[in-house]
Amino acid sequence: MRALFFALALSIAAPALADSNLPPAYWAYRQLPDPKQEAKAQALMEELRCLVCQGQSIADSDADLAGDMRDLVRRRIAAGDRPEAIRAWLIERYGDWISYRPTAEPIAWPLWAAPIILLLFGGAMVAGRIRRKRA
Amino acid sequence: MSRALRILPIILVIWIVGTFAWRLIEPDDPTIRSQLINREVPAFELAAAVPGSAGLKSTDLASGKPRLLNLFASWCVPCVDEAPVLAMLRRRGVEIDGIAIRDTPGAMSAFLERYGNPYSRIGSDPTSRAQLALGSAGVPETFVIDGKGVMRLQHVGPIYESDIPEILSALEEAR
Repeated sequence: MRALFFALALSIAAPALADSNLPPAYWAYRQLPDPKQEAKAQALMEELRCLVCQGQSIADSDADLAGDMRDLVRRRIAAGDRPEAIRAWLIERYGDWISYRPTAEPIAWPLWAAPIILLLFGGAMVAGRIRRKRA
Repeated sequence: MSRALRILPIILVIWIVGTFAWRLIEPDDPTIRSQLINREVPAFELAAAVPGSAGLKSTDLASGKPRLLNLFASWCVPCVDEAPVLAMLRRRGVEIDGIAIRDTPGAMSAFLERYGNPYSRIGSDPTSRAQLALGSAGVPETFVIDGKGVMRLQHVGPIYESDIPEILSALEEAR
């Protein structure tokens, strides 16, 4: 009984987070009518970081600002903008941090090189073993 | 196996433990800063947030005199803390423009009536479009804009009384 009461109380409690006075932006929870454009927008939204819940993408977040960012992405895609132009616009304002896709800038080179280095290292180890077994 | 290769795991462990220790002692700062500091205010044009007052255009900010651009909202609790400090700055002759984020005219009027109105103009930003253009990530946030409309400083979070000297000196430098 108590548990049920608490469950009910939880379900009607308003979140303590500051929610704004306005309903979500028009394209925040609506898909674009053109499936090709919607797919492009969706792919980009999954790679953009939410400014409020910093571990989530704007596709996953329910924050007002994430909804506004989805609205911005869908509007621009519908207007014919390339996804990379929208990503660049946001990076210009918030830094590389806003995009989940690692950059090709020198700072990320070790990251890109890591699989190749590990593969070479593994290959060398295997080669060493085989040679030792033969001997 | 050579000696150097044998101590490699030990070095790796020390490196990993060291990284953990460093981030535990000095946690990552989650503040999001605009990358547009020292660049011109991006173009925007906002309708008036309350009936009968002026709207806000980005070109209004290049007024020949440094001013503050305050992003706030009536639903934002820390903005209430900030209101008396903005009033103090206004009394010292600081010009302040506001952008009301995701707000309604009714709620905004009530907020201004209750907590005071230090703003020269207030633009309404119902879908955070201007906020995103500015590289801002929340409310309240305040930008110091110089006379040519170049963004000189971003203050994230409410301006408290203890922040007044920092804001005034930034305004002085922007002169």
